[in-house]
Amino acid sequence: MNADHLTGAARPVARPRFSASADWIGLAAVLAAAGAGYLLFPDNLALLTRIIGIIMLVLSLDLVTGFCGVATLGHAALFGAGAYGAGIAAAHFGISDPVAMIAAGSAGGALAGLLSGSVILRGHGLGQLVLSIAIVNLFHEAANKAAGWTGGSDGLTDIAPTPLFGVFAFDLWGHTAYALGVALLLIVLFLLQRLARSPFGMLCRGIRQDPIRVAAMGAPVSKTLLAMYVVSGLVAGVGGGLNAISTQVVGLDSVSFTLSASALVMLVLGGTGSLYGAIVGTVVFMLFEDFVSAANPFHWLTIVGALLVLVVLFAPRGIFGTSVRLLERSRRR
Amino acid sequence: MQSVLSVAVDALAYGMVLFVISIGLSLTMGLMRVVNLAHGAFAMVGGYLASYAMRDLGLGYVVGLGLAVAGTVVIAAPIERLLYRRIYNAPELIQVLMTIGITFCVIGIANYTFGSTLKTISLPGLLSGPVDLGFRSIAAHKLFAILCGFAVAAALWYLVERTSFGVKLRASVDNTPMAAALGVRTKSVYAASFAVSAGLAAFGGVVGAELLPIEPYYALRYMVTFLVVVAVGGAGSIGGALLACLVLGAVDTAGRYLMPDYGEFFFYLAVILIVCAFPRGLLGRA
Repeated sequence: MNADHLTGAARPVARPRFSASADWIGLAAVLAAAGAGYLLFPDNLALLTRIIGIIMLVLSLDLVTGFCGVATLGHAALFGAGAYGAGIAAAHFGISDPVAMIAAGSAGGALAGLLSGSVILRGHGLGQLVLSIAIVNLFHEAANKAAGWTGGSDGLTDIAPTPLFGVFAFDLWGHTAYALGVALLLIVLFLLQRLARSPFGMLCRGIRQDPIRVAAMGAPVSKTLLAMYVVSGLVAGVGGGLNAISTQVVGLDSVSFTLSASALVMLVLGGTGSLYGAIVGTVVFMLFEDFVSAANPFHWLTIVGALLVLVVLFAPRGIFGTSVRLLERSRRR
Repeated sequence: MQSVLSVAVDALAYGMVLFVISIGLSLTMGLMRVVNLAHGAFAMVGGYLASYAMRDLGLGYVVGLGLAVAGTVVIAAPIERLLYRRIYNAPELIQVLMTIGITFCVIGIANYTFGSTLKTISLPGLLSGPVDLGFRSIAAHKLFAILCGFAVAAALWYLVERTSFGVKLRASVDNTPMAAALGVRTKSVYAASFAVSAGLAAFGGVVGAELLPIEPYYALRYMVTFLVVVAVGGAGSIGGALLACLVLGAVDTAGRYLMPDYGEFFFYLAVILIVCAFPRGLLGRA
């Protein structure tokens, strides 16, 4: 009954055009891109797997920033909690089955989402931003301090995942990890496509546009946002867990302000509010970073900075949003 | 007692350096409602310019300081005109991204131009020795930073409360369209306060270089600290920023002395508690 009421409330606010076939095309495109990546960079599967992990982080950031309109510079807390969740499960509790490690990672991420969501959502504007930064730094310091559990600044090692389903061992070239990553990405994307068009997803979009109006219509604003934060934590946690499995080490950089800020940059580069924007932005950003920053990290910073300013000024919808718009415009003519 | 006083003096020095740098940020945020993450970048530009003037050109401390402030204002003014003016009424996310982008550019360009080493700013003889305060001796540059902090606070108070520019500034903060309707050139007021803000950041960057060393990632490393000061103190409030700097300086310094292992844990915990309890900052206006 409640769900019916919510659909009714959210529908007039914004009804992006969804179609089931577009969803399948999207999944197929991601699968095709993953295959192309495998063929193009067969020697660099570790990088591709890392990109998939970060895509999960950026997707999860998109859920709170793009869908709910919460500006946060502390989202790596969720990713890091997932990575440490999976890593600690393997290193301290002997849970080294990769599927169980992913589950532990997403549980850790969800917990961190609940925790940081309940703090960050208390603030508005500048306060919210500062709270999010404080949260990720608090997580960072806590992880640094609890060296008995997390390995501190040396990083958490001794993560040795057993073969996937007891059959596919994690080889030196990262074939298994990459396949696992692609499969996880497809599953997460499939579920998020459903989430985005569910009454819950529509309610979140409504809250981004006008929280007061949604509240006046009787929908619980803060509870919905907190629920979205937990979902976001689940997704980020899967990414963190995947990263822990593929690199077999968890470092403090996975709960850093820098990673949080980079994730936001990737999201905006690709385009907020659409799941594919998060994917496009992450892939473009990370591939470029790999090429350019190998030459000179400061050139990379200058280029990213200039790119950000240009995107904000001339393409606020990001790469994906702007190209969709151009495509539609050319089709209409 | 002795150690309490020692911690208090160090906390005061650190807090005052924070104040000199962040007060400009607080003013522009209160006035133009821009979340300016690039503020630390202006402090860094000041530090780089001062270091270049003193070490490579062989100029004196005072001249170097003046050149750094003037140079930073000259660099900041066109950035305000070309970039900031477009985001004054934009959502926070846009402002955050644009100003992070500017910060990245500044870091990249500064380190490409001046090299990516730690920049030292050599103190003149007057400031490099210790000064005996009776209960302990304190480094002269810390005393100088404290005095600079109070001088800046007093000068700003005079500027905002007693001059005609201050009247226009306060009118624009309270209600920009109404101030414009009454003949205040709000755009010039914005540009002037942005210049003052960048100049103060550069001044603070040079004066506080002993406490917050000028290094390649300065603008990113302390970005958070400056934002925190404004969020805790309340945007646009001189008294609030002063109070926030003293409180945060005390928490941070006491934490470092008493529990050095915990790093900045207590600093951020205090920030979360204060921002949750005072969403508009300690002395911010609704």
